Amino acid sequence: MTSRPPITPERADQEAPKLRLDGVHHAYRDLEVLDGVSLELATGELVTIVGPSGCGKSTIFSILTGATAPTSGHVLIDNAPLGPATERFAVMPQSDALLPWRRVLDNVTLGLEVQGVSRREARERVQPLLATFGLEQFARAYPFQLSGGMRQRAALLRTVVQDRSVLLLDEPFGALDALTRTDMQAWLESVWDTFRWSVLLITHDIREAVFLSDRIYVLSPRPARVVAEVAVQLPRPRRIEHLSSPEFVQTEAGLRQVLHDARGDAAQR
Amino acid sequence: MSTRGPVPLVGGRRTTSGWGWLPALVIIGLGVAAWQVYATRSGVSAQILPSPARVVHAGWLDRGALWTNTLATLQETLFGFLLAAAVGFVLSMIIDASTILRNALMPLLIGSQTLPLVAIAPLVIIWFGFGLTPKILLVALLSFFPITVALLEGYQATDPDVERLLISMGARRWRVFRSARLPTSMPFFFAGLRIAITYSVVVAIFAEYAGATAGLGVYIEEETHVFRTDLVFAAVLVTTLVTVGLFAATYALERIMIPWYRISRQTTRR
Repeated sequence: MTSRPPITPERADQEAPKLRLDGVHHAYRDLEVLDGVSLELATGELVTIVGPSGCGKSTIFSILTGATAPTSGHVLIDNAPLGPATERFAVMPQSDALLPWRRVLDNVTLGLEVQGVSRREARERVQPLLATFGLEQFARAYPFQLSGGMRQRAALLRTVVQDRSVLLLDEPFGALDALTRTDMQAWLESVWDTFRWSVLLITHDIREAVFLSDRIYVLSPRPARVVAEVAVQLPRPRRIEHLSSPEFVQTEAGLRQVLHDARGDAAQR
Repeated sequence: MSTRGPVPLVGGRRTTSGWGWLPALVIIGLGVAAWQVYATRSGVSAQILPSPARVVHAGWLDRGALWTNTLATLQETLFGFLLAAAVGFVLSMIIDASTILRNALMPLLIGSQTLPLVAIAPLVIIWFGFGLTPKILLVALLSFFPITVALLEGYQATDPDVERLLISMGARRWRVFRSARLPTSMPFFFAGLRIAITYSVVVAIFAEYAGATAGLGVYIEEETHVFRTDLVFAAVLVTTLVTVGLFAATYALERIMIPWYRISRQTTRR
């Protein structure tokens, strides 16, 4: 576990990061939301942003997706300024946002259809992944016929098939019950381990952050800035039983301490 | 709703709704029976109040004329209705697309619903003649409004998360409309359709009353003049049956066009 400076030794000699935020500020009228957020995401890395609720995590996502313009600062992707955001990021929203009138298969191909891929080709591309995501039997079902966990799997599949450089996952398991959430975290870890997408994850679940991440950025309460960067050294693949290992517990406790300190500092400011 | 024990996959409510008509049938049956007894025992003239049996019998004997006129009315209603749906879709899309047009059009649309039919129907007949056109226009004039309002409500009900998601995928406005707003509005559309259909048949008949060569309105007017109250009642009965039939048809259409909706309601009811 390391704190700032952000570049850990084993990453120092790598090529340019996939995604870099450099001193991103954002103010909504007089309200300062982001106070110079800088972070990096390497190719094939899973990085998490944690922070107290209302700290501006979602503003970072809406800047990345182009819905909001930063007041100042830079967003670089492959070391170049961010162009049309939609060609770079695939988003998985907090609610699964599955369309109730489309069957699972047609929900999953939605992003490809928007890109202009024909329905037939989109289906062909998705087909082999259905089994990997455990959705094979549910392809013809409607979303409301699925359990919460299955819906999230469908939503993730819809996200990854868009074939974008970076996946943005916004509290993907926030709406699930505790047991299903743990299952889904273990499942996400195993599929991520297979595909190694570049993922930026937002969560306020400390355990989820430790369990899934390579690195974690801790944000302060609003106006948000990065108060700590934590590298999670736990070996992969990680499994549910690792949740109780001493290393895991220690990392989790450390992260919790950092978060609480950050909030305490803010209260004194 | 929580249930103990195994739950059938396709809702247990279906069987109950199969018998759901029974209370209504009992009430109607009792009413008709009372009417029959009163009309035959009280000595009231058949020209004032014919018995239900006499109504059905007279209607059956005159079935040829009833049938022809019903077809005329049905035609006006359906064409008027199609026009109303088309106008409703176009208007709702225009209003949904622009706040300025919404502000410009909404007062007009509401105003259109305040026109008294008794005043406007003869005028429309004078302008467009005794043919099909004025009836179609009048039916459309009164039924496009609930359809338009229902569609607008439906667009507004779209999940903002779904819209954001589509935009993040690179969708433009029309795509968001087609993939999210329009499908969301469909259950609302059918609700509006049902409201409109309950009075569209009556409007068609009223339009015929104001001037026509065929239709149930003409039939009712002619039979009233010759004091055939039993045939007037028979025409009223047919009007009711046609309206109920059209009402039921909207459910059938809904089931064909948005099959997911009924399944989703059954699933969430469990």
